Amino acid sequence: MAKVLTAQNFEAEVLRSEKPVLVDFWATWCGPCMRQAPIVDELSQEGFAVGKVDVDQEPGLAQQFGVMSIPTLIIFKNGKEAERLVGLTPKDRLKSLLEE
Amino acid sequence: MEKIIIIGAGPAGISAALYASRGNMDPLVLHHGPGALDKAEKIENYYGLEQPLSGKELMERGISQAKALGVRFVEAQVLGISGFDTFQVQTTAGTFEAEAVILSTGSSRKAPKIPGVKELEGKGVSYCAVCDAFFYRGKDVAVLGNSDFALHEAETLSNVAGNVTIYTDGEKPEFSREHTIPVNTMKIQSIQGEERVSGLKLEEDLSAQETGGEHQSFVPADGVFVAIGTAGSTEIARQMGAELTGQGNVKINEKMETTIPGLYAAGDCTGGLLQIAKAVYEGAQAGISAGQYVRQRNRS
Repeated sequence: MAKVLTAQNFEAEVLRSEKPVLVDFWATWCGPCMRQAPIVDELSQEGFAVGKVDVDQEPGLAQQFGVMSIPTLIIFKNGKEAERLVGLTPKDRLKSLLEE
Repeated sequence: MEKIIIIGAGPAGISAALYASRGNMDPLVLHHGPGALDKAEKIENYYGLEQPLSGKELMERGISQAKALGVRFVEAQVLGISGFDTFQVQTTAGTFEAEAVILSTGSSRKAPKIPGVKELEGKGVSYCAVCDAFFYRGKDVAVLGNSDFALHEAETLSNVAGNVTIYTDGEKPEFSREHTIPVNTMKIQSIQGEERVSGLKLEEDLSAQETGGEHQSFVPADGVFVAIGTAGSTEIARQMGAELTGQGNVKINEKMETTIPGLYAAGDCTGGLLQIAKAVYEGAQAGISAGQYVRQRNRS
């Protein structure tokens, strides 16, 4: 399962990670987010570093990263935003970006 | 609850209705306004037509054929679909619930290419009020569109956002009911913003130009929601979280299944050949597949 990210653990889990990290900004009331969830969970099970930010619980993180539509998926590499995808994104596309 | 709701009464929708009906699924067809076929003056390349037929006549024949089989029709504009296990289809004629839905509304009207819409997607430009209203609590938002679809999105936003205004981009407002959302009919020149949307640049209307007034004006907005035309299959699929293809069509497999269980698509909205023959085939397959899905669902 993807890791639950909060304002407390975001820096350690994402910004200081040596591996690329996929962060999924989502909410329970967003239909497309619920379809995105099993996709990011599968990537997590395949060994990729994946975290999830519930924007209801962590509005500060959503604001910090300028998230204004969900689902928004951001891939962080070396502590920096490398890719941003807005809207439901297929697994293959995410996988190839994580493997780049 | 309905077993199968079919959205659209063109060749794909009617063909789906015929097969679903013959499969004992008693489908309900929701339709609204003329489709692409209505505009075809003469059809000469479809199987069995010795003499050319107008698109309108072919469509009417299809609808009569389905009605003769007992297929039910409701004229209504679909505003959105929600739900997970079953589907709640919100329309201008109320909400209908179904076990399976077939999208066959034809291909969407081309959205006008307003500079800034594509560039600011996810940075203040959104296609889903229910998903993104949260980010605009107390803020000013614009909804682009001129029909009940835009009104539905605007009303969803008005529960959360500060000020909501509908911008028709020069189109005539076509709302089927009274409402309290402000409407601006000026043409939009561009959506402005660098890192995020800052507002809309409007072209002043002719009367202002005649009086020698300023030809452009800027209205600040924090968000822009796109709801142009009626909600087509692509818009509905996008809001529900079904995958689209790179070309913006609804993604399907050989059974006409979208990436959402119970949701099917057929005809022009899936891309490829924009031909009656292809729409009829896909409709038939979608009608059969949706029937199999409903039977399977009720068995387990």
